[in-house]
Amino acid sequence: MSDVAIIGIGLHPFGRTPGVSGAQQGAIAARRALADAGLQWQDIQFAYGGSHDGGNADSLVDKLGLTGLPFINIFNGCATGGSSLICAVNAIRSGQYDVGMVVGFDAHPRGAFAFDAKAWGLGEWYGQVGLGLTTQFFAMKIRRYMDQYGLSEDALVRVALKAFRNGSKNPNAWRREAVGYEEIAASQMLNPPLRKLMLCSPSEGGAALIVCAADKAARYVGKERIVRIAASVLRSRRHGSFEVFSPSQSIRQAQSPTVEASKTAFEMAGIGPEDVDIAQVQDTESGAEIIHMAENHLCRDGEQEQWLREGVTEIGGRLPINTDGGCIANGEPIGASGLRQVHEVCLQLRREAGARQVPKPMKVGYCQVYGAPGISAVQVLKL
Amino acid sequence: MNEPDQRIPIAPGLFTWPSAEPQLIGSRCRRCGEVKFPAQGSCANCCGEDVEEILLARRGKLWSWTVQAFPPKSPPYAGPAPFEPFGVGYVELPGQVCVESRLSTADPQRLRIGMEMELAIELMHVDADGNEVVCFCFRPLEDQPS
Repeated sequence: MSDVAIIGIGLHPFGRTPGVSGAQQGAIAARRALADAGLQWQDIQFAYGGSHDGGNADSLVDKLGLTGLPFINIFNGCATGGSSLICAVNAIRSGQYDVGMVVGFDAHPRGAFAFDAKAWGLGEWYGQVGLGLTTQFFAMKIRRYMDQYGLSEDALVRVALKAFRNGSKNPNAWRREAVGYEEIAASQMLNPPLRKLMLCSPSEGGAALIVCAADKAARYVGKERIVRIAASVLRSRRHGSFEVFSPSQSIRQAQSPTVEASKTAFEMAGIGPEDVDIAQVQDTESGAEIIHMAENHLCRDGEQEQWLREGVTEIGGRLPINTDGGCIANGEPIGASGLRQVHEVCLQLRREAGARQVPKPMKVGYCQVYGAPGISAVQVLKL
Repeated sequence: MNEPDQRIPIAPGLFTWPSAEPQLIGSRCRRCGEVKFPAQGSCANCCGEDVEEILLARRGKLWSWTVQAFPPKSPPYAGPAPFEPFGVGYVELPGQVCVESRLSTADPQRLRIGMEMELAIELMHVDADGNEVVCFCFRPLEDQPS
């Protein structure tokens, strides 16, 4: 099996870009990734792409050129980008291809995601009575977690504080102004314990990666720009895992799919959580970052509040997390969101992250996305 | 509010109705005993298809909770107008299943994990034919009218 490397990355800024469609943002990201790798669209042998509200991903071929390549659309909720990358990794590992593209983009309408009960296999009553909001689920998950492990609202505020501070150093972020502790702590309570400034919003953006058989990567780019994919894993929920859009759940609790995806990814990469130098985890809201820190084995349950107070997960800390501001500062165009994480880790490992560059030396990066109704994708990247 | 038999449930098959003491209708796997709500024809635990309908306990413990403080998009939301915040929680029915539900109170001061809850029926809206459409909810047991 061939090892797989990322040799090109491209991003269209996240947020709101009036006059530029979601698909155009995807095409811009794709061209930037090609330029980054020194390749032409004609060099790309296959592509996987995902978009929810931005139109069919494969409509990009109209904009990039009709070269006849196999372009496959992927949609897997908030884990769409991670899922596309896993497919691309397997396509190269199979030996069928040497160079391909993974691209994701989106442009969501303003406000919370619309809920369609039928699409999730649920009765219409579920939405009619006011259930089926993802924010309710995240609020109830973190409420129970805080109760179990004795965490306070301070931890929730500090995650958002860090997100906006990191976003202020990221020219591609949507929210580029730091926000004060008091402002976050006093922002509107939407689903207690979650306040407005602790939640990410649907947004727009595009992200693309060029993936390549690792043994051929040096033909295209310098060694310092080759980021190897050491593990790429997707898991769906097992019975008993607490998940979004569940009118009932088992009284016998099971672990989240993230726990299993993370464990498998570490085994596949042959490393442990202590080897991770930088991580991006799904921060749909402050609570999700806190829970995902533990579900990804990066810390023990209950340690998060102390870590946040001590600045462990800050850019200058021992384990920087969500260095580009995460979903909270970038919003979540769900087709592009997982690829944004990978883009950020590549940029950091290549030491091209500018004002938000992590100062310490780094070799291993980690990305995790979580999506409805209980899927988790983990990537381990190595310089 | 009208007599129980003049009110209609928001969907068939969710709870026994009309009834002075309605119960949620779930399903139980005859092979592994796993319980699900609403009732479904297969078991997510053991992948079997031999399931039976059962009535769920009316009382349980609050497993977790939040408050829906902003109006959900409408449609699909068809709750009382003008919008009023409502509680949302999972209630663990002993030995059966944890059920997601609206809660009778939206006051965070009155909600805590582990508190005793009981099934109740609440008005959602009045439909075009003048029927009062009702749904199940759970209320803190300490709120019970004596």
